[in-house]
Amino acid sequence: MNDWLLLSFDILILFILLGLAWLTCNTKEIKRGVTLFVAFGLLLAVIWARLKAPDLALAEAIIGAGISGALLLKAMRDYTEQTSLSSETSRFYVWGINAASLALFVLLAWGLWHALERSDGVRLAENVLITTPESGVSHPVTAVLLNFRAYDTLLELAVVFTAVLVVLAMGTKQRDFGKGEPILIAMVRWLAPILIVTSGYLLWVGAHAPGGAFQAGAMLAAAFILMSMTGVRVDSMLNDSSMRWLLVIGIGVFTITGIVMLLINGHFLAYSKELAKMLILLIEAAATLSIAAALTLAYLGGMPKPQQKTQSAVKIDKTEEGTS
Amino acid sequence: MIDYLAVLSIFIGVCFFFAGSVGLLRLPDLFSRLHALAKADNVGLAFVAIGVAMLESDLINSLKMLLIWLLVMAASSVSSHLIARHALRGRKPNE
Repeated sequence: MNDWLLLSFDILILFILLGLAWLTCNTKEIKRGVTLFVAFGLLLAVIWARLKAPDLALAEAIIGAGISGALLLKAMRDYTEQTSLSSETSRFYVWGINAASLALFVLLAWGLWHALERSDGVRLAENVLITTPESGVSHPVTAVLLNFRAYDTLLELAVVFTAVLVVLAMGTKQRDFGKGEPILIAMVRWLAPILIVTSGYLLWVGAHAPGGAFQAGAMLAAAFILMSMTGVRVDSMLNDSSMRWLLVIGIGVFTITGIVMLLINGHFLAYSKELAKMLILLIEAAATLSIAAALTLAYLGGMPKPQQKTQSAVKIDKTEEGTS
Repeated sequence: MIDYLAVLSIFIGVCFFFAGSVGLLRLPDLFSRLHALAKADNVGLAFVAIGVAMLESDLINSLKMLLIWLLVMAASSVSSHLIARHALRGRKPNE
């Protein structure tokens, strides 16, 4: 009975997910599409949770639904004149994209079938579970991300970094938010500290339970983004050069650790066993800061203009006085 | 006994969600829709959270349910207020 209920629940959310995906792609109004996309992300997080992948569910809820939604809404706000889709999008493109998506689906389905049916039965997951105790952390997902395939994670950080470099190269920051509504300021005053503490908790708990640098960094960025919405100039708390340091600290610490380990142990990113836990925590802490800085800068749309710094610092003080 | 209470509480919560959804779909304008949605969802989530907290044997987890309810209530009431205020001023919400 219970199994049957859960199965019908799964099938239901699967169909809602497909429906949302269809609507997201086929809606003419961009604002509606963005809203549907956020709903799609939240539902996807529920599905990851149902698949017993809480790490992915956390990441999808924070990054996929939360931060991406905020980025899309901000893009819509900054480019209001372009927010209606041109109706004469060529049929050729539409069908081309459909065919490419279908081909990708077939390829992935074939890959999955091949992996499940045709392999020799040796699963990586079992090996991971056996070797996790040697990795310095007890949570297998963190062990994989920061130890067994640390090189890939380093490159992922580099991808995020490169994306933000492009954002910075695209031009200066878009216009600021005005001073926010009083009730929003009052809520953010409560919420931002909770978000920052939760971010630290996620970072720390990643060693033995779902969590880790990406989720923690995105949550920290969420705190910054909320603060910027209330008119607090987040970027003015940090000057240009410290923002740049924050951006590179994750990838920098990661690479330096890797090179030091290369000199000591003879392999890039091969941690010494007794140091592994500390090194992983160090790298994750640095990566959290970098990811938070990267996502915040992407949301703001570029570096702040330096000459406005003193002005906005005064603005923050006024906000403090006004509501306290 | 406590199981029945929990199920009853969750059922009441689901009824509130149902009423809120019907209100969202059927009511005529933005303000009455927001009214239906925010109130029904807050109370509905409260009943669901109480029900789930009763089913949970660990006290810490029950307190987490309470925390979730408080956070969602803060977020949803503030966002309803903001949406209503922007609509009242006749501005686009993304401005």
